[in-house]
Amino acid sequence: MKKLLSACALSLVASVTMAADTIKVGVLHSLSGTMAISETTLKDTVLMMVEDQNKKGGLLGKKLEAVVVDPASNWPLFAEKARELLVKEKVDVIFGSWTSVSRKSVLPVIEELNGLMFYPVQYEGEESSKNIFYTGAAPNQQAIPAVDYLMNDLEVKRWVLAGTDYVYPRTTNKILEAYLKSKGVAEKDIMINYTPFGHSDWQGIVSSVKKFGSEGKKTAVVSTINGDANVPFYKELGNQGISAEDIPVVAFSVGEEELSGFDTKPLLGHLAAWNYFQSAEADVNDEFIAKWKAFIKDDKRVTNDPMEATYIGFKAWAKAVEKAGSTEVDKVRPAMYGIEVANLTGGTAKVLSNHHFTKPVLIGEIQEDGQFEIVWSTEKEVAGDAWTDHLTESAKIVANWQDPKINCGNYNTETKKCSGQNY
Amino acid sequence: MLLRFTYHSVLRLLFVFAACYPFNSMAQDVLVPVLSEGNGSIEDTVPTIASVSERLAGAKLKEVAAIVNELETVGGTQVLPLFQALIDGDLFYTKGDKRIVIAKRIDSSKQYLLKDAISGDELGTVEKKKIRKVKTNNRLRSGIRTTIARLHLFSDDVSLRQGAISNMSEKLTQDNVNLLLQAKQTEKNKSVRASIEVALAMYQLDAGERSEKLAAIGLLKGNLDPTVRNKLATVVESESDKSIAQAAAAALKTIEGKITFYGYLETLFFGLSLGSVLLLVAAGLAITFGVMGVINMAHGEMIMLGAYTTYVIQLLMPNHIALSIFIAIPAAFIVSALFGILIERGVIQFLKGRPLETLLATFGISLILQQFVRSIFSPLNRQVATPEFMSGALEINSVFSITYNRLYILVFALLVFFILQLILKKTSLGLNVRAVSQNRDMAKAMGIRTEWVDALTFGLGSGIAGLAGVALSQITNVGPNLGQAYIIDSFMVVVFGGVGNLWGTLVGGFSLGVLNKFLEPATGAVLAKIIVLVGIILFIQKRPRGLFPQKGRAAE
Amino acid sequence: MSSSLMNKLGHDRQAFLLSDTGSKVFLSLLVIMSLLVIVGNLMIPETSALHISTYTVTLLGKYLCFALLAMSVDVIWGYCGILSLGHGAFFALGGYGMGMYLMRQIGDRGVYGDPLLPDFMVFLNWQELPWFWYGFDQFWFAMLMILLVPGLLAFVFGWLAFRSRVTGVYLSIMTQALTYALLLAFFRNEMGFGGNNGLTDFKDIVGQDLQADSTRVSLFVISAIVLAFAYLLSRWILQSKFGRVIISIRDAEARTRFLGYRTESYKVWLFVYSAVLAGIAGALYVPQVGIINPSEFAPLNSIEVVVWVAVGGRGTLYGAIAGAILVNFAKTRFTAIFPEAWLFALGGLFVVVTVFLPKGIVGLLAKRNKKNNGPDNKVAEADV
Repeated sequence: MKKLLSACALSLVASVTMAADTIKVGVLHSLSGTMAISETTLKDTVLMMVEDQNKKGGLLGKKLEAVVVDPASNWPLFAEKARELLVKEKVDVIFGSWTSVSRKSVLPVIEELNGLMFYPVQYEGEESSKNIFYTGAAPNQQAIPAVDYLMNDLEVKRWVLAGTDYVYPRTTNKILEAYLKSKGVAEKDIMINYTPFGHSDWQGIVSSVKKFGSEGKKTAVVSTINGDANVPFYKELGNQGISAEDIPVVAFSVGEEELSGFDTKPLLGHLAAWNYFQSAEADVNDEFIAKWKAFIKDDKRVTNDPMEATYIGFKAWAKAVEKAGSTEVDKVRPAMYGIEVANLTGGTAKVLSNHHFTKPVLIGEIQEDGQFEIVWSTEKEVAGDAWTDHLTESAKIVANWQDPKINCGNYNTETKKCSGQNY
Repeated sequence: MLLRFTYHSVLRLLFVFAACYPFNSMAQDVLVPVLSEGNGSIEDTVPTIASVSERLAGAKLKEVAAIVNELETVGGTQVLPLFQALIDGDLFYTKGDKRIVIAKRIDSSKQYLLKDAISGDELGTVEKKKIRKVKTNNRLRSGIRTTIARLHLFSDDVSLRQGAISNMSEKLTQDNVNLLLQAKQTEKNKSVRASIEVALAMYQLDAGERSEKLAAIGLLKGNLDPTVRNKLATVVESESDKSIAQAAAAALKTIEGKITFYGYLETLFFGLSLGSVLLLVAAGLAITFGVMGVINMAHGEMIMLGAYTTYVIQLLMPNHIALSIFIAIPAAFIVSALFGILIERGVIQFLKGRPLETLLATFGISLILQQFVRSIFSPLNRQVATPEFMSGALEINSVFSITYNRLYILVFALLVFFILQLILKKTSLGLNVRAVSQNRDMAKAMGIRTEWVDALTFGLGSGIAGLAGVALSQITNVGPNLGQAYIIDSFMVVVFGGVGNLWGTLVGGFSLGVLNKFLEPATGAVLAKIIVLVGIILFIQKRPRGLFPQKGRAAE
Repeated sequence: MSSSLMNKLGHDRQAFLLSDTGSKVFLSLLVIMSLLVIVGNLMIPETSALHISTYTVTLLGKYLCFALLAMSVDVIWGYCGILSLGHGAFFALGGYGMGMYLMRQIGDRGVYGDPLLPDFMVFLNWQELPWFWYGFDQFWFAMLMILLVPGLLAFVFGWLAFRSRVTGVYLSIMTQALTYALLLAFFRNEMGFGGNNGLTDFKDIVGQDLQADSTRVSLFVISAIVLAFAYLLSRWILQSKFGRVIISIRDAEARTRFLGYRTESYKVWLFVYSAVLAGIAGALYVPQVGIINPSEFAPLNSIEVVVWVAVGGRGTLYGAIAGAILVNFAKTRFTAIFPEAWLFALGGLFVVVTVFLPKGIVGLLAKRNKKNNGPDNKVAEADV
């Protein structure tokens, strides 16, 4: 135990004596455990961005230095490692987290220590922290436009909302249910189903979807099924003879990276909604893909939406640092608002005062090579809304960190108050 | 025995496959009532196939739909290949001269073989860069499919005609009905005729006289097709004539009754199918745990190794997916069995008589094996293709079908089970295994090399886990966590069925599977699983030795 | 025959005497560490090299909670031969008890400002607080539940299992099924425990700001005190007549039963005691790490605890504690350096310890000490 203490003390001394002549970029993505599959890619993306920035001469005349830690898909460990990054390593910014629960775990630590984190994954919304920028899609930047597309372009009348039982699908489906009802869809035309993580026996559920879809009205499945459970789900759909033309499935969690582990045959023609597809035709995108393949030294690796979100977040942060002339959180944060960076689909992403970004919404059909054919997109970028307008409780809440009169992430427009602020 | 089975089933499978998926032969040039204007107007104002199709180059999705409609009227059956290519995603245009071509990728290279979409002339090969895809989406495809169905109505192929009718009966426009009437007169095949009559009867429900309507309802009574049911349901709701509405309601009730019956059958099959998976994953454990008394926490990883073996074999022979599965069966058995023997010799033999320690040590091994495949194959899931004979479903009627992959796995599980029984009961290895499991010291005294028997038994149990891996690769992900997902389930099955009793494992697996599936619709998947787990925990308190306890001396 | 049993008991008393030196070392280390942390974190300014950061304090606090959990497993495994692969369940239940108290303390400071409902219930449209959340706004009630719920579950489970003589590996598998069933149940959002996200974003505990350094140090010190107290209590219990019977059950259950002891009630009470310890560990763990979620129920976690005990040395309380701290320290270091290799190392550790070091590190040290007292060939004992 003495050894332990002295080891701690030693590492402490080491971190104090470290000279602060680099800008430290913390990377908080799981490199082991169940989430490593998805998160390792994002770690590599940040490393690539850091290397890229250094080639351009760094920031403010300093080199960037990436500090990578492994929270091992263990949620309490996310909080511990975040603290390690901020206290021991004294990083200037953190790029990290994938699952909502890991973000929720990290959030109190980041707020307490006044850190700055960029969260790159589509999520359920209902949050706007002073210290976190959400570079992925909020529900109104993914789920709602996708449903609009199905409703207007495919004339879908009956809806199956199928998801894995955790907070993102739960919230998304709550929002979608309210939205559909507001569009006049009857209760009996909505079927909601939840399954556990890694669910593999889909026979019964697919069969009931099939029955639900055979009532004569055009039916679609809105899938928030997570990761592993998707392969057996699509396989079962294919085997039970449900093709994308009969009952299309639009997925919010199936991207290029996930498809690279699939036998794509049963998936052909099914849909996904994202803010970015590798197949997007833009010069910046071609450049990004080429750079990524060179960096990772693998010609077969694909790019995906969370990578683009990481890219946007990094670019916006770098721009804000230059604008603020400092990496101090209290200076960078105000500098972030209104910053515009080019996204990878040929448009621009603007940082909003609710810590979300403007993003285009794209719908893609799955192709045989695991890529998406973009079949629909919004006319222009959609502004991310932290608090959905379709649930009564959150409709009255707004987030605005720029307006001095509000200056909080959950301002209740009825009581004119912000609750639960730690600062 | 095994070989004979495989050979036999291949034949059968091929037969079934051929019956259900005929080659998509293009319809012959059977007439389609395309009305030629024949007013002799000037040539350049009359749209030709070429002039219309050429507009597909670079067309936006909305424009494509209009062009397709125009092509149908202008081209008729001549544009069938073009439509088919459009559905299959093979329709491209050349970037240079905007020519509409059908492009097929040559194996997995970047080269594409081009054919003219209309004339069918070969145009040589080009690189992907030179061509661009004509955009389609689901809606367009389903529209084109109906068009193709119309063209297939007079095809020589019975199943094509059948498919065309079922497609058309969903969209009973006046045009389609006229075509169906026309087809009815020439149709010779009984079942196709019946389908046409059903479709026409549904049309009668809208357009017919009262007596025609009643006759139509009589015809439709007991028909399970969902379109029929929906039609009847709308009649019940909207028909003003009471007697017709009543007749329709009665017919609907018969149909609903039948559907409920088939619903139970379907759930039963789902349960048996889940049970067969449980039986497969637990059978190996029943040997190592039940017969040897060894708690092998790495059992799940033996399954995983079997699944990865299937993956590797497929990698080695990418062009023979179906064959690769049959090769994977013995290969997975051998790989997992070898790993099993290695584990037994390397670790377990030193822990004889200390089952709790074996549990911990094998758990350690399972962690190592997981990381091992993660290092070799990456943590990403690997893709194992499903051979054609295992995709799709055996359609018994339109509300009850059995998916082939599940069916074959059910058969496979039973086969493995009976072969295992045979080995244990009829071979000298089985005799030795049973002797050692009943009284180790006595067996040793009789000259049985118990260590050798232990290693082989463990190998056998692990090998069967490997077989389970081959089956699982067909229904779920092949990844490092594959085994973890099944380990608790398989222990439950063995303990529930009764340790040391293979029949117990069989009954345990199937009854848990069926129970789970009958609970699922009422409670949802998660709660069903929880209820089953808690049920087993309580059951074991009541009967600690499971369903079929081992009797006699060996029990203690 | 019974003389060999007496010998065993005598041998174990020896082990206890030996453990007395161990206890002294352990308790003094604990006191020194606590003092160091208080001084190092609160009194030495942050700029000094000797300052102990809050990060280190919470890390050490976490280790102490794990140590308590490991000790609770050792009490039943090392002394009674019951291998529980589901102790994580009791740990997590205790944690959820504390988590629910902390959630209620948030009051109307949640993002939706609802005075009664926690945030996750508000956005899932729950109208009222489920019945089982009532009372958790009171600290005493929450503390009571933290003791009661794991204890009760252990009682029911143990009573059923031990009465029908489910033993050995069967029991291990059943405990694993128990924690697995709870894992699935707590993942369900309908259960009202926050589903996969669990409970988080705590603000304060008995009026103290959870983010203040002083609170963190206090929590650490309380963990240390609880650990020391639980250690002494466990030692006392195991050295009492009750403890003697427990050990004889481990070594020869049938014989003990034939001597007239109702072995199942002894086992049930020890199991309950152990579960309550695990629950307390969980309750201390949650405010220090700031989150409780269903993954704590994962069977893997419970098995890992068993390994800590095996590595440290089962059958000696301080062995279990040392094992927990050593393995976790190694994990913190190891995953930082080679994340990929950690599972290899952990798996290897399992195999090596069970095959070569059945008594763990402490056993290894003890063996060396005992060479003077004559050879000791009894390395492994029958567990079933």
